[in-house]
Amino acid sequence: MPASITALVAARAAGRISARELVERALARAERWQSLNALITTTADAARARADAIDASDGPHGALTGIPCAHKDLFVTRGVATTCGSRMLAHYVPPFDATVVADLDAAGTVSIGKTNMDEFAMGSSNETSHFGPVRNPWDLTRVPGGSSGGSAALVAAGIVPFATASDTGGSIRQPAAFCGVTGIKPTYGRVSRWGMVAYASSFDQAGVIARSAADCAAVLGVIAHHDPRDATSVERAGEDYMAALAAGVAGRRIGVVREYFGAGVAPAVAAATLAALAVLERAGATLIDLSLPALAHAIPAYYVLAPAEASSNLARYDGVRYGHRAAAAQTCEDLYQQSRTEGFGAEVQRRILIGTYVLSTGYYDAYYRRAQRVRRLIAEDFARAFADCDLLAGPTTPTPAFRLGEKTADPTAMYAADINTVAVNLAGLPALSTPAGLVDGLPVGLQLIAPAFAEGTLLAAAHALQQASDWHRVMPPGAEA
Amino acid sequence: MNHSGWQAVIGLECHVQLATVSKMFSPAATAYGAEPNSQVDWVDAALPGTLPRPNAEAIRMAVRFGLAIGAEICRHSVFARKNYFYPDLPKGYQISQYEEPIVAHGTLTVTRDDGRTVDVPIVRAHLEEDAGKSVHDAFHAVTAIDLNRAGTPLLEVVTAPALHTAADAAACMRALHELVVWLGICDGNLQEGSFRCDANVSVRRGPDAPLGTRTEIKNVNSFRFVEKAIAYEIERQIRELEAGRAIVQETRLYDETRNQTRSMRSKESAHDYRYFPDPDLPPLVVSEALIESERAALPELPAARRARYVEALGLSAHDAGALTSSRALADYYEAVLAELPDAAKPAANWVLGELAAALNDAGTDISTARVSPSALAGLIRRTRDGTLSVKLAKDVFAAMWAECRDADSVIAERGLGQISDDAPLLAAIDAVLAAHPKQVAQFRAGDEKVYTWLVGQVMKATRGKANPGRLNTLLRQRLAG
Repeated sequence: MPASITALVAARAAGRISARELVERALARAERWQSLNALITTTADAARARADAIDASDGPHGALTGIPCAHKDLFVTRGVATTCGSRMLAHYVPPFDATVVADLDAAGTVSIGKTNMDEFAMGSSNETSHFGPVRNPWDLTRVPGGSSGGSAALVAAGIVPFATASDTGGSIRQPAAFCGVTGIKPTYGRVSRWGMVAYASSFDQAGVIARSAADCAAVLGVIAHHDPRDATSVERAGEDYMAALAAGVAGRRIGVVREYFGAGVAPAVAAATLAALAVLERAGATLIDLSLPALAHAIPAYYVLAPAEASSNLARYDGVRYGHRAAAAQTCEDLYQQSRTEGFGAEVQRRILIGTYVLSTGYYDAYYRRAQRVRRLIAEDFARAFADCDLLAGPTTPTPAFRLGEKTADPTAMYAADINTVAVNLAGLPALSTPAGLVDGLPVGLQLIAPAFAEGTLLAAAHALQQASDWHRVMPPGAEA
Repeated sequence: MNHSGWQAVIGLECHVQLATVSKMFSPAATAYGAEPNSQVDWVDAALPGTLPRPNAEAIRMAVRFGLAIGAEICRHSVFARKNYFYPDLPKGYQISQYEEPIVAHGTLTVTRDDGRTVDVPIVRAHLEEDAGKSVHDAFHAVTAIDLNRAGTPLLEVVTAPALHTAADAAACMRALHELVVWLGICDGNLQEGSFRCDANVSVRRGPDAPLGTRTEIKNVNSFRFVEKAIAYEIERQIRELEAGRAIVQETRLYDETRNQTRSMRSKESAHDYRYFPDPDLPPLVVSEALIESERAALPELPAARRARYVEALGLSAHDAGALTSSRALADYYEAVLAELPDAAKPAANWVLGELAAALNDAGTDISTARVSPSALAGLIRRTRDGTLSVKLAKDVFAAMWAECRDADSVIAERGLGQISDDAPLLAAIDAVLAAHPKQVAQFRAGDEKVYTWLVGQVMKATRGKANPGRLNTLLRQRLAG
């Protein structure tokens, strides 16, 4: 198990290892694990230059000085291509940095590049990327999960200690579960969305994938703050998540959500989840059996609302100002139609069509408005649950990672696999996935959900689990610590 | 008003460009006439990852307008996306307000041509952003897009369909224009597009008949042309209906040279805008404190001021109208009155006379007047205390304007004080009479006309400074006796 981020920061500061050595190690491993296809753009020269500057005490110094990382390719990076895994933005170079990127730069991190992802974050397997699928380091014939598949694969293979990611319906937690790493999606509004290319604005949240809860806490502390450039960013001071870890899980009431153990959940996954919960019980938590009936409607509500917002957010990709522009277009209408048909993959087009449909006159009330009501009911269910519990729990995914191509024939089967994660985004709550062992040699994850802004509670519980178990230390065959 | 049994029904939709420093959702400048695409923030260009931030000044201006028309200020209003594709609309949607606008149910008092007033209901006013401009003639075979205007704040004001003549509609447009300029929320420049009105026109067989199909007349940028366009359209619709044809619901443009409206065939009639609340912007909450501070700062509105000038100060309706042609001019006038409360009419004469002429010659407006209200009051005081004749006062005014001085210093320097004392006047009179015995004899023989000549001679002898009234009295005395 590689050293924690905190330990690496200290080692570099004490001169036991240089930033340059850390980044060379990351680049070498990225090279070795090229078959994962986890990176769309590698910025080796810039990374080396930055590491050198840090070592010469010229570069920025902060809480994470010298730590290599990578950014999901939907965070805009100034001067570096930001593709969102799409042909539409394959050559797009932004003129500014996302707040998350700027924060981590200022904290002294060294980015080695932009991670592969499902196109415009729409997908649960990282198979919709224009740049080819990402492979799971545990089994190269399997998916790493999506949409933050590249970020999860990089961390799981030990290439970088952490990567930024985003979660709209489970895109941090599900790949973290499939790849055996820890991923946290903060409360909606906790982390700035400025510079994060939008998929579904009221669901999207930036987060972290790392090898432990402690590492997630270290990174989250840098990016969780109010940003006036994002009107949905909450005016709430950041917190010291590292300090919160010590509270552990003693005295916490954990609601075990019956609906998360539904028919589609493999028995071995259910068993692994319960085993992980037993560890938490031994560490001082109380388990409570609990039902959230509104969760049954989470998938339909999500797949109405998120595409609706996406259909509007992606309307700007028209080939006029930036991005892919159809070469053959003679009229304005052709320019729009051809650029978008050529630039977007099938899943993106599908969701734009769904979204346009549910917002249309005559359908708005039956679909969009009704789904908003369901959204509120789900949020109310969670609120009621949190009156009696400090945390909620269940398996992050119904099965371990499936094979590449296994679910691509039926989009709705793919959607159905999000059953355990989407409700959290509908309610805007913080949640994480922490490794819960292997099933048939493949990782599975325990999902923990907390009330709004209780990331500290969440991380402390995961940390307690990780201190009393070894699941998060296990790495895929061939990966170096 | 009935047109051979028909009643015209007209409603106005006016887009008022708010005179803020920066745009509705970005910090870019809003000044008119800049080089194309030189006032475009990343947000205005809809670059991936950008987010809107509401302009507080625009919100204040909307509240100010709502209070001025006695409307309800909605404490909680919602920004909505109006989705459609057009190259001058970078996001592919316009941020506007739909179901919940910031201002609702107000009244605009409109003075008609015949002097009577009509209260026009204002159904709503809402905030939105302007689109960019399509320029078709700058380059060969392509349309160029200038995004300088994209994102400029607009207040869309919608009247009820409560106007029934083209003249009333034009008067309503004028009243609205005057109000928004008066409130300081719009510069009112029609040529630059700061104030744009569209008219919805239909006809029906009498006030109790159901409403007919309406057409929308767009892009008329003068009050006069709006009146002519509406008048033409009313006639056209009546002609069509009387010939048994139906009115097509469409958008029409006004052709000034032919004085006709014609169909805008290029735009389809039915757009489904798929309005939904913008998830990037929380609901707009207007505080009581903001409302009260705007209420306290509301100026006396033009109609009320005009009424006060006529009723309390005894000015003519014409002068009252001229003095309230701008708030700055009316404020100037009242500053003069503050020093000379009983000089309402003379002050009006001076402001509308010499001052206006001087401003006109200099090509500037009241804000750069070289004679302050206090200085003008001083000059008027000297015409009332006998120091200056009105004619001389005009010369003094010219010197005050040219040299930025007060009346007394000009009078003293040029020895312009009017001669009102009997002794010097009698001396001058006696000298003139002695020098012109023939004319004296003519007068005594009954020739009244030579009297004027004698007055002129005394005036010449005193270099114009003789107090005309006193001169008259004394001259008559001398000629009689």
